[in-house]
Amino acid sequence: MDTLSVRIEPSFDSWRIEARKLLEGSVPPDAVLWTDSSSTQFDLFDSGEPPRKKQEVKISKSYLDLARTVSCHSSPERWGLMYRAAWRMVCNGEKNLLQRPTDSDTRKLLEMAKAIRRDCHKMNAFVRFRKVGEYPHTGREQFVAWFEPSHHIIEYNASFFIKRFTGMDWSILSPEKCIHWDGVKLHTSEGVSKSSAPDEDDLEELWRGYYKSIFNPARLKLKAMQAEMPKKYWKNLPEAELIDELTRHSSNRRDDMIKAESLEPRPAPRNLYLQNLHKNNQDFVVNEPGTIHDKSLDELAELAACCRACPLWEKATQTVFGTGNPEARIMLVGEQPGDEEDIQGKPFVGPAGRLLDEALADAGLDREEMYITNAVKHFKWKPGSANRKRRIHDKANRGEIEACKPWLVAEVMKVQPSVIVTLGNTAAQSLIRKDFRILSERGEVNMGNLIGFPGKIIATIHPSWLLRIRDEAEQQAEFKKFTADLKLCRE
Amino acid sequence: MDLGRKLEILADAAKYDASCASSGANRRNSMNGKGVGSAGGSGICHSYAPDGRCISLLKILMTNSCMYDCHYCINRRSSNVERARMSPEEVISLTLDFYKRNYIEGLFLSSGIIRDADFTMEMVIRVARELREVHDFRGYIHLKTIPEASQELIEEAGKYADRISINIELPSEKSLRVLAPEKNLHRTQQAMGGIRTKIENAKQEAKEHRQLKIKPTSSFATGQSTQMIVGADDSDDATMLQRSDLLYRGYHLKRVYYSAFSPIPASSSILPSIAPPLIREHRLYQADWLMRFYGFDVSELTPVEGKDTGKLDLDIDPKLAWALRHREAFPIEIHTATREQLLRIPGLGVRNTDRILKARRWSILRLEDLAKLRVNLKKCLPFIITPDHNPIKLGLDSDRLRARFEPAPKQMEFEFMESKSSAVFGEV
Repeated sequence: MDTLSVRIEPSFDSWRIEARKLLEGSVPPDAVLWTDSSSTQFDLFDSGEPPRKKQEVKISKSYLDLARTVSCHSSPERWGLMYRAAWRMVCNGEKNLLQRPTDSDTRKLLEMAKAIRRDCHKMNAFVRFRKVGEYPHTGREQFVAWFEPSHHIIEYNASFFIKRFTGMDWSILSPEKCIHWDGVKLHTSEGVSKSSAPDEDDLEELWRGYYKSIFNPARLKLKAMQAEMPKKYWKNLPEAELIDELTRHSSNRRDDMIKAESLEPRPAPRNLYLQNLHKNNQDFVVNEPGTIHDKSLDELAELAACCRACPLWEKATQTVFGTGNPEARIMLVGEQPGDEEDIQGKPFVGPAGRLLDEALADAGLDREEMYITNAVKHFKWKPGSANRKRRIHDKANRGEIEACKPWLVAEVMKVQPSVIVTLGNTAAQSLIRKDFRILSERGEVNMGNLIGFPGKIIATIHPSWLLRIRDEAEQQAEFKKFTADLKLCRE
Repeated sequence: MDLGRKLEILADAAKYDASCASSGANRRNSMNGKGVGSAGGSGICHSYAPDGRCISLLKILMTNSCMYDCHYCINRRSSNVERARMSPEEVISLTLDFYKRNYIEGLFLSSGIIRDADFTMEMVIRVARELREVHDFRGYIHLKTIPEASQELIEEAGKYADRISINIELPSEKSLRVLAPEKNLHRTQQAMGGIRTKIENAKQEAKEHRQLKIKPTSSFATGQSTQMIVGADDSDDATMLQRSDLLYRGYHLKRVYYSAFSPIPASSSILPSIAPPLIREHRLYQADWLMRFYGFDVSELTPVEGKDTGKLDLDIDPKLAWALRHREAFPIEIHTATREQLLRIPGLGVRNTDRILKARRWSILRLEDLAKLRVNLKKCLPFIITPDHNPIKLGLDSDRLRARFEPAPKQMEFEFMESKSSAVFGEV
C-alpha cells in the first residue's frame, strides 16, 4: 500500500481539513504519515494518490471537542492518533470507541486530553501578572506575565483570562506565542524570550509576606506540595524563593512551639455581651414546666427550649414549641416537628403544613386565629439511606410522648381553647387514650374530663398520612374526609 | 504599623482554618462588568505552602483581637500574640491587587470578635458588600459567620458570599464547654439550619426564574461548610464522624473540614502540646469520603466492639479496615457486582468504579484491563474475582492479609505524605 504523507500546519483546523478528505476516501490510518510544519522530520515517502471521495463523513461533536483538546499536546504522534480514532469510528464501524476506556487508542486520547487540561489548569493557577502601567484618566491598568506551558495551550486557554480579567489590559508572553487583551479583542504575536517580560512588581513583597505567614511550620508536607506545584514552575513564581528557607526552619519552629511555656487563661473582661453568653451557656436543664399560672406562653417556650426529659433533644436542632393565638378558640395538636420544622423552629411549616393550610382554607378556618402545636416537641429522626444525606421521620415512642406531655398540658391550660383537634395517632394517644386508633374512632370524641379540659375534642388523621397515599383518587377522598373533620370545630 | 506587618499578623492568625476551597460558586465572569473576576466550576489553587496546603484565597482576619477564650485558638483573649487590625479599605485593595496579579481566587474573610457578634459581623460584611457593589468584583468570597450574630446579618453575608461557614470546632457540647466557653453546639447548629433554609430558598427561586426565563433578582451563597479540630479534646473518631453525619444530613453542609490540632505559639495550659495528629486527620477525611461518596453508613466506619471501639485504624485506610472486618462480603466478582458492591472494594475509587461499569458492557474485564484503567491492583487483588484471578488461591486469612497492607512503623509518615493531597483537601 502506498503511504500518504500529509503535512499540515500545527493546528486543529488544519488537521481537520486533511482528516476529512482522508476519511471521505476511507484511507486507513496505517497508510498515512502525519507531520506538521513545526517538526523537522524529513518526509520519507512520496505523497501517494489523493483519495477519491467514497463516503459521507460524520464525526460526533464530542469527538471533535476531544480532538481539539488533544491537538494542543506536544507529542508529534497526536495527529496520527487523532486520525486513527476518527477512522475507526467513521470507517471501521466502531461508533462507540470512546465509550470503551480499556481500548488503547481511547485511553491514549483521554490521557493526552487530561494532560492538556492539567497544563491549562496550571497556567490558570501559576501565571503571575506584573503591573506595567495605568492610564491616569481612566485608571485602567496594564499587566504582563511570563509563562512557559508544557504544551501548545497559550491561545487555546486564553478565554479563561479574557473572562476573568476583562477589566484590565494584559499580555501573557511565552517562548512560542504571546497573547494580548485590550478590553475588546484578543491579539496574538510571535513568541519572545523571558527578558521581554517585566521582572518585578511592588506587590510581590506583600504577597511573599502573606505566603510566609499562611504556612504552618508544624505540618511540613513537602511532597504533597510538590505533587501539585512541581519544581519546574518555581522559577516564575515570586513566592517560590521562600520555600527553602521556610522548610529548613520549620522543625525548629514547631519544636519551639511545643516546648514553649503555656499560658494560663485570663479572666473575661467586663462586657455585657460576654456575660449574657456565659449565662446562656450554663447547663440549664428544665424537664417540665412546673407551676404555670405565673408564666406566659413565651416563658414556657423558653423553658421548653432547655428540656432534656427524653433523649430526643440531642439529635434535634431545637425545641419546636407551639405558636399562634394565645387566646385561640381552636388548638391543633400534631405529632412532632419534621425536618423543616426542626430547622425553622415552628410547627407545620413543611409539606404537611402546606397541606394542612389547604385543608383549613377548604374548611373555612383561619390558621392565624388558632394555636398550633405538637404532642412531641423535638424532631425524632433516623438516617435516610447512606447516599442520600437526609433525615427521615421516626415515630416517637411511648416514653417520649409521656416525657413531653407536661408541656402539651401546660399549653392547653394556658390557651384554654374550646376545641382541641388532634392530628394523627400520636396526638390522640397523648391526650385521649394510649390505645386510641384514629381510623376507627375519628371524629368528635366524647370523653368526660380529659386532663381537666372541659371543651370539645376532635380526633382526625395527620396530613402527612395523606401525603403517603399513592392513589390520587383515594388521596382526594381522604382529603375531603379530613376537611369534613376540621369543619366539626366551626361554631 | 505598616500594611505588610498587619498582613503577616492577620494571615498568621487565620491559617488554622483549613478550608481554602474556591469551588462550587455560581458560574459568572467579568465580560459584561466594570471590574475583574470570575468563578464557578472547580476552584484553582494558585500556590502551595510547604505544609502541602493549597493557597487559593487571601485568607485573613479583619482583626485578631478577640473577646472569646477558645483554648485551642491562637487569637483567644488569653493569648499574648501581637494584635493588629485592618481597615475595610485595606482589605479591599489587597484583595483586588492580589486578584489582578492572579495570586488568588478571591477572599476568605473572618475576624476575631470585638465588642459583640453583630458589630463584628457588620465589619466583615462591609468589605464584601463594597467589593461587590463598588468594585464589581466577581471573584470568590467566603465569609466566616458568627453563630451569635443576628439572622439578618447572616442573611446579608450570604448575599455577597459564595460560601459561608460557621465552625463547629468540637463535636460535643461537653468538649465545647471546657475548651470554648463562649460557644454552644446547639446555637451553632441552629444558625446552620437558618443558612440551610436560605440556601434552599435561593436555589428554589433561581430554579423558578430559570423556568420563566427571567434573570435572577438576587443571589445567595451556594453552600456552607464547617471545621472540626482533631485531637484537642478526647472525642474519638466515631463521635467526630457521627457529628459530621448529623451536620451533613441536618444542615446539608458541603464540607466538614478536619484540622489536626496544631501546636500554636502562646498555647493554653489546659491543652496537650504535641505534634499535630496528621495521620488521624487524614483517616478522618478518608472516612468522611466513604460516608459521602461510597455509600458507607457512619456506623460502619469504626469498630463497634473490642479495644479499638470508636477508633479509626491509623495504619490502614478505613475502607480496607472495613473489608478486613467483613471478609464475608468478599471476594466480589468484577463482572457482575453492583455499583454499591464495587465501591466497597479496597483500592477502587468512585471514578474507576464508573469506568469499570462502562467498560464491562463491551467485554469481560481481566486483570490487564483493570491495570489499563490504573486500578490499584495490589490492594484490590485479595478482594476481587476476574476470569483470570481468584483470591482464594492466595489463601490469605485476615491476619496475614492485614500484615500485607500494614506499613512498617517508620514508613507511616512517608505513606501519608505520598497519599494524594487532593483526596485530603478535595478541592483541586
